[in-house]
Amino acid sequence: MKKTLFISAAAILLLVFLASALYYKTEKSELAGQLAEQNRSGLVREHSPALGPTEARVRIVEFLDPACETCRRFYPFVKDMLKAHPDQIHLALRYTPFHENSDHVVALLLAAAKQGKHWETLEALLAAQDDWVVHHVVQKERVWRHIEGLGLNLAQLKDDMNSPEIAKLVAQDLEDARTLNVTKTPEFFVNAKPLPSFGYEPLTNLVDAALASAYP
Amino acid sequence: MNHTQDSQDPGWIFLFFGWLAASVATLGALFLGEVMGYTPCVLCWYQRICMFPLVLILAAGLFPADRRVVRYALPLALAGWLLAMFHWAVASGLIPENVTPCSQGVPCSVEQILWFGFLTLPMLSVLAFSFIIAMLLMTHYKVSK
Repeated sequence: MKKTLFISAAAILLLVFLASALYYKTEKSELAGQLAEQNRSGLVREHSPALGPTEARVRIVEFLDPACETCRRFYPFVKDMLKAHPDQIHLALRYTPFHENSDHVVALLLAAAKQGKHWETLEALLAAQDDWVVHHVVQKERVWRHIEGLGLNLAQLKDDMNSPEIAKLVAQDLEDARTLNVTKTPEFFVNAKPLPSFGYEPLTNLVDAALASAYP
Repeated sequence: MNHTQDSQDPGWIFLFFGWLAASVATLGALFLGEVMGYTPCVLCWYQRICMFPLVLILAAGLFPADRRVVRYALPLALAGWLLAMFHWAVASGLIPENVTPCSQGVPCSVEQILWFGFLTLPMLSVLAFSFIIAMLLMTHYKVSK
């Protein structure tokens, strides 16, 4: 009697938990999809750094924080997907500096983009992330030594970083992230569809599905 | 369990309700943290440390019914209750945030949840710990009567 009571209570609690978790996730990803659909213009902006041919029909938008460790780990994974489908996939980056002082690094990256060196700067910084992010806080003075060998015009870079023009772009990305309810990084949209759940596999599945429907 | 044993543990049902409350609170906290993605603040973590083990400790005390489990569960429940009261005080502004241990990451003074216009998470935590303490005390006194 007692055991039955105990076991059924435990089972009901677990079932309710799992069912509501499933319901919540489905609901949330549906909402995120609708949100992205309604705000397609906010998904990519003209200033967004991009890779891949403009006519590619599978379009990935990644919201990224250069100081975020998971973003660093996803980066080669995404790069490999682009490499595997060089003509079919287009990647655009949006910056969401959620870590403390990370906006400084985002400004640096967007300023490097003006010199045509966005991607090498990003890769150099991601590779050295352990050094300039300490306990989730960006150490501004440690950033510079990792971008020295890239041939950037540093004086120009510093000027651009502090320009209101760059500040506007950083603010624009953050505003779009708010509109699209992006609160964690990395966040991916594939042809305006958000990840149904987070992970390498959901991303692969979403991209594969988009590839299959765009290039039958 | 047979009938003679049932009548020998009059406190069992209170223990069971205590366990039920701890389980609901634990799953609720996990839902908010893992499913809805709210990052727990420091004080929430300390309360979780007190709440989560109660699920296992109280379950262990149910089979076979062992009223001595109150001895082991009550300190956790009391500590959790004190933390919850403190958190409630911080969240309702009775204690200023800057004297609290939670300055990093998610501030404890910000209410992330407001249900029915008045029910906040620290309040729910106070209620859960109070209920568990009440159940534990009732187990103790019912059994020793």
